[in-house]
Amino acid sequence: MSARYLPLAGFALVLALLGFGIYWSQKHDPREVPSPLIGKPAPQFSLPLLDDPSRKIGTAELAGQPYLLNVFASWCFACRDEHPILMSDGTRLGIKLVGFNYKDEPADAKRWIAQFGDPYDVTIADYAGDVAIDFGVTGAPETFLVDAKGIVRYKYISPITPEVIATELLPRISILKKEAGG
Amino acid sequence: MIPELGQLALILALLLAAAQCILPLIGAQRGNRALIAVARPAVAGQAVFVALAFAILTYAFVTQDFSVKYVALNSNHLLPWYYRFSAVWGAHEGSLLLWVLILNVWTVAVAAFSHRLPDDFIARVLAVLGFISFGFLLFTVLTSNPFERALPMPFDGNDLNPVLQDPGLIMHPPMLYMGYVGFSVAFSFALAALIGGELDVRWVRWARPWTNIAWAFLTLGIALGSWWAYYELGWGGWWFWDPVENASFMPWLIGTALIHSQAVTEKRGSFRAWTLLLAIFAFSLSLLGTFLVRSGVLTSVHSFASDPTRGLFILGFLTLVIGGSLAIFAARAPKVSGGEPFAAASRETLLLINNLLFAGAAAMVLTATLYPLLGEALNLGRISIGPPYYGLRFVMFMAPVVLLMPFGPFLRWRSGDWRAALRSLMPALIGAVALAIVAAVIARIVADGLPFKAIVGAAASIWVGLGIGLYALSRLRTAPPGRRYTPEMLGMILAHFGVAIFVAGVLIVEATNIEKDIKLAPNETVEIGGLAFRFDGVKSAAGPNFKADQGTLTVLKGDAVVATLNPQKRQYSRGTQVQTESAIDPGLFRDIYVALGEPIGTDGAWAVRIYVKPFVRWIWLGALFMMLGGFVAAADRRFRALPAAKRETERALMTPARAQV
Repeated sequence: MSARYLPLAGFALVLALLGFGIYWSQKHDPREVPSPLIGKPAPQFSLPLLDDPSRKIGTAELAGQPYLLNVFASWCFACRDEHPILMSDGTRLGIKLVGFNYKDEPADAKRWIAQFGDPYDVTIADYAGDVAIDFGVTGAPETFLVDAKGIVRYKYISPITPEVIATELLPRISILKKEAGG
Repeated sequence: MIPELGQLALILALLLAAAQCILPLIGAQRGNRALIAVARPAVAGQAVFVALAFAILTYAFVTQDFSVKYVALNSNHLLPWYYRFSAVWGAHEGSLLLWVLILNVWTVAVAAFSHRLPDDFIARVLAVLGFISFGFLLFTVLTSNPFERALPMPFDGNDLNPVLQDPGLIMHPPMLYMGYVGFSVAFSFALAALIGGELDVRWVRWARPWTNIAWAFLTLGIALGSWWAYYELGWGGWWFWDPVENASFMPWLIGTALIHSQAVTEKRGSFRAWTLLLAIFAFSLSLLGTFLVRSGVLTSVHSFASDPTRGLFILGFLTLVIGGSLAIFAARAPKVSGGEPFAAASRETLLLINNLLFAGAAAMVLTATLYPLLGEALNLGRISIGPPYYGLRFVMFMAPVVLLMPFGPFLRWRSGDWRAALRSLMPALIGAVALAIVAAVIARIVADGLPFKAIVGAAASIWVGLGIGLYALSRLRTAPPGRRYTPEMLGMILAHFGVAIFVAGVLIVEATNIEKDIKLAPNETVEIGGLAFRFDGVKSAAGPNFKADQGTLTVLKGDAVVATLNPQKRQYSRGTQVQTESAIDPGLFRDIYVALGEPIGTDGAWAVRIYVKPFVRWIWLGALFMMLGGFVAAADRRFRALPAAKRETERALMTPARAQV
């Protein structure tokens, strides 16, 4: 082979590598980063209710029942995609749905909920974002499944979809319920 | 309604790009004047519609039309007006549009200033540029439409990434793209020459100023990016060998080689195939850089937008453009040969070495950037390559460059004399060695000894700087007045002088900078590098769209206040991340750099980063000189016109030859 084909051959190698890169990055969703919290107790917290800041709810009050903690904010666009799903399918989950309002002005958050509806059994506000740091929240929306003993069992980053509810959340929730019942 | 007009403008530009690519190419192959004549109007039309689309997107940002998804995602009502302009290129869709706009600026310039070139040649050049534009416009329209609506219309926008809310970042992307995209001109010239088979040297002479200008812009863009990373990321570093930085640096390295090889080809006729190949490589690496940044294949602190499906499109486009041009090169390159012979001791030899070293360095950076990917492909597990890997290898390539650089101007073309060159350079050599010895001795007596690296840096800087100074002096003595410094030569002198400044900056700051991370309580004072830093506590501050914790540090030398610095930790109103704003007391010979870490405990103590960085500004000062050199050299009138008489003879000679065929 003549030397003048060498650049072409070199490029073919680079191309193959880049093609592999695309294939690989699609197979390995960066969202699948496992949370170090999974299998460990959820961080201790006690946060004011969004509707009534004088009352606080936290790990102690939530213990004894499995619950789903959904991180959201009025400034978060993806949350707008997720919200209708929670509105329509939230009751199907059969466990407590805790809204975790993340770094949000309370007035904005209330207006947002008034506009789009309230799927949450209870909504707590983390204005400073300290508790979110303990949970390792990288952005909104994020969702944590916590069991009756307060152990984080599952974490999902990005908006929940009906498929996620069907394939990821409901099977895990039914296990949690069996554990709680048994 | 107006955003839809923008989308329509993009689609019309896409169609005109297709016309600009196909028709002139057919015209040039068949000798059809009418089809060739389509090229320039198509260029103008496409540019108008792209500019219109860009203006409409800018208008949407300025008037805060949050019904446009891209606007809503990248700005909000608190964003100051000047950032609304730069927010246009703050994320993927808009930066792509900027890319296309700049390509159109270059294309219009080529179309406007090329009337002296043969029509069929310039038709092919514009066709190649049209093809590139077509690809990018198609990509924009199909996968990254900036005019997509957000329904229902959000009440307020998200925000521009706080990292980008900075003056340095307003200009960084446009300058970088001017460079990246500017290499498309040399690329399209090379391809037009290959397609048309007219491989005489005229195209090189004509391409040279364009390459120089693109290179100068790229130099400025990289320098701005580096300066921004220095003060904005809060780590005090100026280069991280991050994949995105590498993406801009590889075309720069190849571009540097190209500038030098074009000079040889234009003046001596040698290295023709090599110059063609470098022109293809320089632009290919620009495209590859765009791919790496946009596809999400390599993760990096800089990739603000990445999406694998877009990656597939760019990969296909890369295959067509790079694969296609290399295939054309492989088919046609054998016809490109000739040039005058040269001896081992000649300027040609030195420039060949320069080319090999720069190309080698670019290949090293490319393989290292792709190495983690290779690791995954061959199942070697996660591989990460850090700055030490690059640093060592890069120095191995660049040390000979610095060593040989002063010889270049002193060696003649074709056949030079090493000894005579060395004799001319003796003062620089003596100066460099003497400085090294004196510095080492003084440092030994005064302090614990100056680091080896700093001495090497200063000596190398003197060697290059004095070397080029001696050349300037010899021109002053020997050349006739008026012809002493042509712009081309002056540009070379400035750029090489810039290298001297840059080398001093890099090595001295690497060797002697002081970095301290310490906990400071209010009113506590710490002594660093002969300066006293008093921490006056942290207070709240506010800007137009952020709240901040602002620290105050008073820097004292004895009893005199050197500087009062106010580093901040900013919380943007809509952002989720805290942004560190370092505070710098700049100086030609040293920067004092402080940044706030985290609060510690409850008594008002904070973790504070304090850096003293001698000569750090020389890094960017050197880059500015290099940039200036690029612009000055491009201004040489010699590139712009062939003497009219000579052209006549060439034509006369060419016609019968063609008639015989």
